[in-house]
Amino acid sequence: MTLSTPSSSPQPFIQLCNVDKFFGGFQALKDVSLDIQLGQKIVICGPSGSGKSTAIRCINRLEAHDAGTIAIDGVTIDDSAAARAVLRNNVGMVFQQFNLFPHLSILENLTLGPVRARGMAPAAARELAEYYLERVKIPEQINKFPTQLSGGQQQRVAIARALCMEPKIMLFDEPTSALDPEMIAEVLEVIEELAASGMTMICVTHEMGFAGHVADRMVFMDHGRIVEMAPPEQFFSAPESDRCKTFLQQILRN
Amino acid sequence: MFRSLFLIAIVSLLSGCSSGTWGWYVVDPSTPAGQRNLWFLIDGLYYTIALSVTAILISIFLGLIVALPGLARQRPPRMFNRVYVELVRAVPILVLILWVYYGLPQVADISISVFWAGVLALAISDSAFQAEIFRAGIQSIDRGQHEAAHSISLTYADKMRYVILPQAIKRILPALGNQLVYMLKMSSLVSVIGMEELTRRANELVVTEYRPLEIYTVLVLEYLVLILVVSAGVRWLELRLAANDTR
Ligand SMILES: Nc1ncnc2c1ncn2[C@@H]1O[C@H](COP(=O)(O)OP(=O)(O)OP(=O)(O)O)[C@@H](O)[C@H]1O
Ligand SMILES: [Mg+2]
Repeated sequence: MTLSTPSSSPQPFIQLCNVDKFFGGFQALKDVSLDIQLGQKIVICGPSGSGKSTAIRCINRLEAHDAGTIAIDGVTIDDSAAARAVLRNNVGMVFQQFNLFPHLSILENLTLGPVRARGMAPAAARELAEYYLERVKIPEQINKFPTQLSGGQQQRVAIARALCMEPKIMLFDEPTSALDPEMIAEVLEVIEELAASGMTMICVTHEMGFAGHVADRMVFMDHGRIVEMAPPEQFFSAPESDRCKTFLQQILRN
Repeated sequence: MFRSLFLIAIVSLLSGCSSGTWGWYVVDPSTPAGQRNLWFLIDGLYYTIALSVTAILISIFLGLIVALPGLARQRPPRMFNRVYVELVRAVPILVLILWVYYGLPQVADISISVFWAGVLALAISDSAFQAEIFRAGIQSIDRGQHEAAHSISLTYADKMRYVILPQAIKRILPALGNQLVYMLKMSSLVSVIGMEELTRRANELVVTEYRPLEIYTVLVLEYLVLILVVSAGVRWLELRLAANDTR
C-alpha cells in the first residue's frame, strides 16, 4: 500500500489549514488541517455528528467555512469565479443518497454537466457518458430513468456522473450507507478500481475492509476535530487515542 | 358532459317553478332571433379565453420572477418577495382592474386598451398567488438536487432551468390548473370596463331582451362547461405526466 504513495510535491494539491465551521452557535469543524497530494486516497471515519460530511462539503463549497483557508491547486476556495473554475475543473462528488435527477434519463444525468458547465458538444458528451457508464459496468442502462435502477446501479450512475466532469479528485460521502447489503460490494468494487487507476480521493466511510485496501491515510474525526491521522496499518493495529480505539472496536464488532 | 346536462335540467326546473312564464325563446336555437342571440352570447368566449390565457401566461412569468428572490439566503430579496405578495394580495381584483384602466393612463401618460388593461390587472393580481405556488413547489424539491447540481458546477440559471423547475412544475401543476380555473372566473370582472367577454355579452343582451333569468342561466352554463372542460384537460395532463414518472 505504502508503495503506491506518490512522491510528495512541494505544494499539496488540496490544503485545509485551520478550518473552522459554525452552524449558528454550534461549531462543526474545529481547527481542521489536512494536506492531500495528487493521487492520494484519504478515508475519513468517526462517530455520527463528528463533522466528516461538513469537512468534505467545505472542500467543494457546499458549505462555506468560517475561518482558516482551503486551497485547491493553489487557488483559495471562496465565492470567487476563480474558485468556481477550480472546483469545476477538479472536484467531483458522490452523495450518500445518490441525488440523481429523477426527471432525466441516465444519459441526460451524465451529459448535463459536461454540456452546460463545460460547454461540451452533445455528441462528445454522449461518448464520454458511454465511456464512464462502461467503467461503472452498466452501459446497457443508458436510456433508462433513475427510478428503474437498483440502489447499487443508481450509485454507480452517480459515480459516472461525477466522473463525466473529469475531475482530478473525487469526494465520497458515505457512498454505500444507503445501500442494501448485497449492493455494497458492487459499488465498492467500482470505487476501488477508480482508486487503482490513480484518482485522488477523499472518502467518508465506515467500510473498514475497503478502507484498509484503498487508503493511504486514515483520518479519525471526533467533535469537529481531526483526532488521529495515520497510514491504515498503524491506524488499525495501534490507534493512539482512546476515542479512536473505542470507535474502531464498535465498528469492527459489527 | 353528463354532469352539465344534469345541471341544465335542474336549472330549467327551478326557473320553471319560480317564474311561471318561460322565456327560453330568447335563446331558442330553432328560431333565427334566438340563434342570433345564442351566438352573440357564445361569441364572448373568445375574449374570456384570450384574456385568461394571456393573463395566466404573464402571471406565471411574473410569479416566477417574484418567487425566486423569496428563496434567496439574503434578507433584501426575501423582503421584496414578501412586500410584493402582501401588497398585491391586499388589492381586490375589481379595484385593480379599475385602477389600471382609468388610473394608469394618467400616471404613466400612456393609453391602454380595454383588453390589455384587463390582462395586466388579472396577471398582476394572480402573480402573487403564482409566486407563492412556485415558492412552495421549489421548496418541496429535495436539497440533494441542489447539491448535486452544484457538484456538477451548474450555474444558478442552469440549475433552475434543467434540474429544479422541471421537477417543481410537475408538482405544482394541479395548483396551476386551479389558478387557470380561477382566472377564467375572475375574467368576468373585466366586463365592468367594457370588455366584450361572456359576462358583458350577457349583460348587453339582458338590457335589450329583458330576459335576465334565461340569459344569465345560459351564462352560468357557459362558464360551467368551459371550466369542466379545462379541469378535465388539466387532469389529463397530470395523469400523463404521472405516467411518465413510472416509465
Ligand atoms: N446545515 C446544518 N445546520 C445545522 N447544523 C448542522 C448542519 N449540518 C451539520 N450540522 C451539525 O454539524 C455536526 C456535524 O455534522 P456532519 O454532517 O458533518 O457529521 P458527520 O460526521 O457527517 O455525521 P454522520 O456520520 O451522521 O453523517 C452535526 O452535529 C450536525 O448536527
Ligand atoms: Mg455525514
